[in-house]
Amino acid sequence: MPNDALHAATRFGLGPRLGEPPPADARGWLMGQLDSFDPMLAVPGPSTADGLAAWHLDRKTPVPEGTPSRMHQLWQAERTAIATAMVTTPMPFRERLVWFWANHFTVSTRQGEIFALAGSYLREAIRPNVTARFTDLLIAVMTHPAMLHYLDNGSSVGPNSRAALATKPGQPRRGLNENLARECLELHTVSPAAGYTQADVTAAAAVLTGWAVEIDGAAPGFVFRPDAHEPGEIRVLGQTFPAGMQGGLAMLNWLGTHPATYAQIATKLVTHFTVDTPPADAIARVVRVLTATRGELRAACAELVAIPACWTGVKLRPPQEYLVAAARAVDLPAAEHLALANAMAAMGQPLMGAPLPNGFGDRAEDWTDGEALLRRVDWAWSLAGKLPDVEPGAVFDAVLGPAGNPELRRVVKGAGSRREGLALLLSSPPMMRR
Amino acid sequence: MPISRRSALLGLTAAVSLGTSSLAVATAQTRRRLVVVLLRGAMDGLGAVVPYGDRDLASARPPVLAGGDNAGLLDLGGFFGLRPELAALHAAFADNAASVIHAVAGEWRVRSHFEAQDYLESGAGRRLGSGWLNRVAQALPQGSGSAGALALGADVPLLLRGTAPVASWMPEGLGHPQASFYAQVASLHAADPVFGPAIAAGLRERGFTEAALAGVVPAKRGGGFPQLADAAGRLLAASNGPRIAALEVGGWDTHAGQARRLPQALGQLDAGLAALRAGLGDAWAETAIVVVTEFGRTVRVNGTGGTDHGTGTAAFLMGGAIAGGKVWADWPGLAPAKMFEARDLQPTTDLYAVLKGVLRDHLGLQPAVLDAVFPDARGVGVMGRLIRS
Repeated sequence: MPNDALHAATRFGLGPRLGEPPPADARGWLMGQLDSFDPMLAVPGPSTADGLAAWHLDRKTPVPEGTPSRMHQLWQAERTAIATAMVTTPMPFRERLVWFWANHFTVSTRQGEIFALAGSYLREAIRPNVTARFTDLLIAVMTHPAMLHYLDNGSSVGPNSRAALATKPGQPRRGLNENLARECLELHTVSPAAGYTQADVTAAAAVLTGWAVEIDGAAPGFVFRPDAHEPGEIRVLGQTFPAGMQGGLAMLNWLGTHPATYAQIATKLVTHFTVDTPPADAIARVVRVLTATRGELRAACAELVAIPACWTGVKLRPPQEYLVAAARAVDLPAAEHLALANAMAAMGQPLMGAPLPNGFGDRAEDWTDGEALLRRVDWAWSLAGKLPDVEPGAVFDAVLGPAGNPELRRVVKGAGSRREGLALLLSSPPMMRR
Repeated sequence: MPISRRSALLGLTAAVSLGTSSLAVATAQTRRRLVVVLLRGAMDGLGAVVPYGDRDLASARPPVLAGGDNAGLLDLGGFFGLRPELAALHAAFADNAASVIHAVAGEWRVRSHFEAQDYLESGAGRRLGSGWLNRVAQALPQGSGSAGALALGADVPLLLRGTAPVASWMPEGLGHPQASFYAQVASLHAADPVFGPAIAAGLRERGFTEAALAGVVPAKRGGGFPQLADAAGRLLAASNGPRIAALEVGGWDTHAGQARRLPQALGQLDAGLAALRAGLGDAWAETAIVVVTEFGRTVRVNGTGGTDHGTGTAAFLMGGAIAGGKVWADWPGLAPAKMFEARDLQPTTDLYAVLKGVLRDHLGLQPAVLDAVFPDARGVGVMGRLIRS
């Protein structure tokens, strides 16, 4: 049914793409994406080692004033590739999951060195794991140099570690940095609902000491530094973890399968794919699936497709999704993809650039400021000016289908010019929502 | 071989025959400027240039759309009057530097904006890959030191697309649509509980008053047509600047509330024409400005105080090169039997004839070149006496 297909493309995907026929079997199309390899993983890009090399080189021999650093050049290419992936992906449901998890596990270019690592973080930690077990995803993220650097774990030293004890007299003694451990508990896994204390945060930080980034040297990337690691067993939330890297992995496996974690990620997933205040039974269904499968994300996503609430109601598109949906609606040419990424930044949602570790907001109230909406209108107007050959009626049919609001269809098809018609359509309420 | 002003030029044959001397001559000859202003959305010719002398006007249109009691109309010599918003155009008319062509239309008889604009810009009864103004630019001598053609705005319209190089220029901060567009967006969202109030608040913060959005008074921050036109004038005035430019302005699709929306659009157009004239400075004497729209609007008023898509309309010529002070109209009249399909102003002048007249007499294009510019209009005659000789 074409209506189901449009709904699937809009609610679960990134909006229909002009010229791409809607899938005959909407649910089958969605399920197929959960069982497929991410096609974007076939697109080569710089590895984490490449990113670290750029970082190291920028630090060692800074580029001349006024020229872009190697890290910035690297990120510029990544941004274009990311925008292209969003506009052209044949698996937009998968792509949405990538961005959902990239936002859940935010690393941000607000911290400069992330420019060098954000692309490889997506490719190496996020993309391969969006339908894996949650603990696989969690461990991939927590061992990626982007996250370790973003949340300062590289400088965290166990108070009783060899590195701390070797401190020479007169030098400040190095110690714990709780940043990563705190966000891991609060944002990534159990959330404050689990009732952890400051002592648990400190203990979790101690468990993760030694998880660091090797910037140069023989094997740039994640490194476990035994010298910085806090010796001995450590208790977190009443659970005892052994010393060594194994202790950290055990803690992440335990946190990642905690009922409070399932409740938190189910709530977030359902809120993302339904409405801002989702029905409790929809969340409960996803919690049950996560519990029964020990956190299998593929099964949780399949449950989303089966939940009726995911097929009704509307939700505001944040700027990135709005821009991508509009770009897909007109099948934006590749030459404009970097400009699309720039528009995301201009609308307050730069790619991999959230202000804080809790990521970008997912609710209407985060994005419905009047000026912000007018920027969408201005952007739509200027975009339509670049696409004089795109037929507004064809875009209407592709995006809203035969059941699209007839009054809007009349306004769009009857506008004074193609440009006005297209800009009105791209500025209209149904484009702002999914 | 004696070289007259017109034969010297711009036909390709002439350019070739001139050989090495073409550069000098062409430099001199291309002092002539041509500006085309596209009114997208179909200007109501009857509302802009009111045939107040037509005895059927009163029965065909209520006074509010027919120019009120005619008191404010700017007279064009006893039968037609310009809406008062077209004061700069009227001043040029009084200087013999502007003319009006009425009951004019292209040869297409479609009522879709998009199709009609395609034909108007292609210069053909079908959509072509290039615009007629680009084909004019191709016919101008190369290497003349002038910068060719210029599109003002964010994009190059079909009118100017083609193999001749075209520069486009967009002044900083003018990428905004007109107030009427924002008003339409606001109305699309009006019933939405989230977006409706947010967009209205956003527009107020940007300095739009409710009145501006309703089209009653000019917006504080409009589409920037006068600024664009001023910039076009200055660029064209430069001795090594472009010789051909295209501008466009919207806001003409007055299906509802025409009594307040048409004056706003006309005011913006007139302010742009005045700015263009000022920006051109001395180059004004060498300039022909052609103002055209894709079709006209219905003679009668519809149920929402507006007019729907029609056929015959008005076009304007302005500039120091225009043999102005004339209204060119084989007036068909507004009696029901005289209307096209019993609803539109009957076109009696072919827009191709007007354009050919300007191109031949202003730029000196030869018949073969005119046929290449308008490939479907070989049989259409050339209107003379539009350009000052």
